Amino acid sequence: MAPELGNFAVILTLCIALVQSTLPLIGAARGNAAWMAVARPAAQGQLLFIAFAFGCLTYAFVTNDFSVTYVAQHSNSRLPLEYRVAGVWGGHEGSLLLWTLMLGVWMFAVSVFSRTLPEEMVARVLGIMGLISVGFLVFMLFASNPFDRLLPGAADGRDLNPLLQDPGMVFHPPMLYMGYVGFSVAFAFAMAALLDGRLDAAWARWSRPWTTVAWMFLTLGIALGSYWAYYELGWGGWWFWDPVENASFMPWLIGTALIHSLAVTEKRGAFRIWTVFLAITAFSLSLLGTFLVRSGVLTSVHAFATDPKRGIFILIFLAVVVGTSLTLFAWRASKVGLGGRFALVSRESLLLTNNALLLVAAGAVLLGTLYPLILDALGMGKISVGPPYFDTVFVPLLAPALFLMGVGPLARWKQASVPELAVRLRWALAVSFVVAVIVPFAMGNWSTMVSFGILLATWIAATCVVSLRARLALLPNERLGARLVKLPSSYYGMLFAHLGVAVFVVGVTLVSGYQVENDVRMEVGDSSHLSGYGFKLTDIKEVPGPNYTATRGTIEVTQDGKPVTTLHPEKRVYTVQNMPMTEAAIDYGMTRHLYVALGESVGPKAWIVRLYYKPYISWIWLGCLLMGFGGLLAAIDRRYRVRTRADSAPAASTVGLKPSPAR
Amino acid sequence: MKPRHKRFVLVGAGVAGLALSAGLVLSAFQKNLVFFYTPTQVAANEAPVGKSFRIGGLVEKGSVKREADGVSVKFVVTDTAKSIPVVYRGILPDLFKEGKGVVTQGKIGPDGTFSADEVLAKHDENYMPPAAQDALNQATAKKAAESMAVAEKGK
Repeated sequence: MAPELGNFAVILTLCIALVQSTLPLIGAARGNAAWMAVARPAAQGQLLFIAFAFGCLTYAFVTNDFSVTYVAQHSNSRLPLEYRVAGVWGGHEGSLLLWTLMLGVWMFAVSVFSRTLPEEMVARVLGIMGLISVGFLVFMLFASNPFDRLLPGAADGRDLNPLLQDPGMVFHPPMLYMGYVGFSVAFAFAMAALLDGRLDAAWARWSRPWTTVAWMFLTLGIALGSYWAYYELGWGGWWFWDPVENASFMPWLIGTALIHSLAVTEKRGAFRIWTVFLAITAFSLSLLGTFLVRSGVLTSVHAFATDPKRGIFILIFLAVVVGTSLTLFAWRASKVGLGGRFALVSRESLLLTNNALLLVAAGAVLLGTLYPLILDALGMGKISVGPPYFDTVFVPLLAPALFLMGVGPLARWKQASVPELAVRLRWALAVSFVVAVIVPFAMGNWSTMVSFGILLATWIAATCVVSLRARLALLPNERLGARLVKLPSSYYGMLFAHLGVAVFVVGVTLVSGYQVENDVRMEVGDSSHLSGYGFKLTDIKEVPGPNYTATRGTIEVTQDGKPVTTLHPEKRVYTVQNMPMTEAAIDYGMTRHLYVALGESVGPKAWIVRLYYKPYISWIWLGCLLMGFGGLLAAIDRRYRVRTRADSAPAASTVGLKPSPAR
Repeated sequence: MKPRHKRFVLVGAGVAGLALSAGLVLSAFQKNLVFFYTPTQVAANEAPVGKSFRIGGLVEKGSVKREADGVSVKFVVTDTAKSIPVVYRGILPDLFKEGKGVVTQGKIGPDGTFSADEVLAKHDENYMPPAAQDALNQATAKKAAESMAVAEKGK
């Protein structure tokens, strides 16, 4: 019964979405207030029904209803409860349902937190989001319905892919999707502005917090995915340049460019066309990411069944979204206007340079990700593009971007003077050079790349301090605490996010410069040494799990003869799919991780064991957390919530002056 | 500087910067492309010498042997027509098994042995890496064509 109710709820959601995507848009074009007023309740209704449908599928998973094809494919009666719930988004169909649920959440949020916006804007934004919703719901109902029945029902399910049976599965996809789908709000705002012809500072102020929140979710989602891959795959790497990772990284790069471009549009009225272009690109890449990952185009952990019908629908949908938005862009962009002028050296030009660098970086990732796929699809041979390509490209592209990140916040808008900047930044530069020389020596091994990375990281951190001091000096002479409180939270958001980048760079630099990886053959009783730590394999035994059996090793770690910790790496075999899995054991620390994984059995009591020493690797994810926190601080800034006189006046006039035939 | 000149400088610098980064990206791309060859192609000396490439096929049954050091391993990759011996140092992936599909990346040595620095065998018990499947299909098609030719001769 529940699956049928769920299916029915999806159909109802589609009906509401059809109304939401037509009436408000027409109403906004004709000035019909009643039609525009449909948008808010429709958005809220969509969330209600899609959440109900989502609940139905979850119920089918929790109650082990294997007469539903999707459940039978992705669950099993012996699967622990939390993974049965997470199994809802363990495959293509359920992921789509999660996507539409997230879209519902964002539409609901727009309908609630849009009191300061003109009615026409709300109607257009929600109308466009409704159109996106229609696309996804049609796709779900006709090509990937999670509620399809299996006749006769299966006795038991095929189980969730063991790689996905991890707490990471519970948090990573919803976070990532919140980010992906969040860019639909920025996209809808950009489209609404093009339709309206109104693309000014006020518009930028409305769309900024939405974009920043979406970016925050995407940042955290990617970081979670990276961390999950690190401890789950058993290779000790944190980023593999896998097409699936690239698919989430591209919208992040463009989203980062977008939040900075929006800042310029809000403060200076410039970059308007550029901002709209970035909003379109960010959302298009989010769509591409969702589809690449879930459609089976990419064969990897994330991909499932392949179905040509789906592939064609996806291509058409992408073409429609990108095509229509770019056509609208080409048609209306000339009406948008250029905004304030700025000099060759100014905060605008610095931000523009960084935007260009981010865009080129995203382009390079796109090339490396799609080119092999296209070549293969055309039957022109199989190729692959590995991490060396991305490494070669990213260092020279992002190093100047990181340098400019330090200069940008201190440069004046409109026109900055190079000598003045040099004077203000001379101490930061000196400190950075000193630290860059000291750190590699302190780590005991000179490396130019490490020194360079530390130079950039210290530079970013030092310029943050310079910027904070400069901001505080502008405030009237009060106590330090009082002055600190007076600075806007969006400013702190910028500081935290930039510091996050610095911390991230430190982590990446030190781990790639000083990590030690060793694969050794060990029998029970054997010892091995790595970076001053002793590892002794004391025991290997079989341990049963709920839906797997595990071989668990016991490794005692010592430093200078003193015990540090005991690690228990496992090799599991998941019984339903007869699939082996490696569970690494990690001793966490701020300055280093000790990473131990059982490789493979090479004798009755002998195993090849991976012993890794990963210095400062935590800083990679700590940096991402700081970036996310910065995004949160920036989004909750007071000025986004106060309704200023300048905004409310035109809003009131549009609502008040136009006739409303319904009443 | 007049505003017009300034604009020239700005546009010029922008174009130069873009050209530079595009050049960088494309040259890095070209240098790091890894091509895929089937064992038959490798046996026919079609694969490049001294450059990294990928081969794919099945791990021949009974061919996997650990060296005395316990970390180096030898196995044979076959597309059922031709076989290539492979040496690898390190831990094989969880799903690496005799008789199952595998894709491996490395360089071919003068003695015809492939030294792998990466071995991929992914995802689930019945999954065949597309590249490995492709190699098998090609070999099967070729064999079929050859046996037809033999049959024709026999007539």
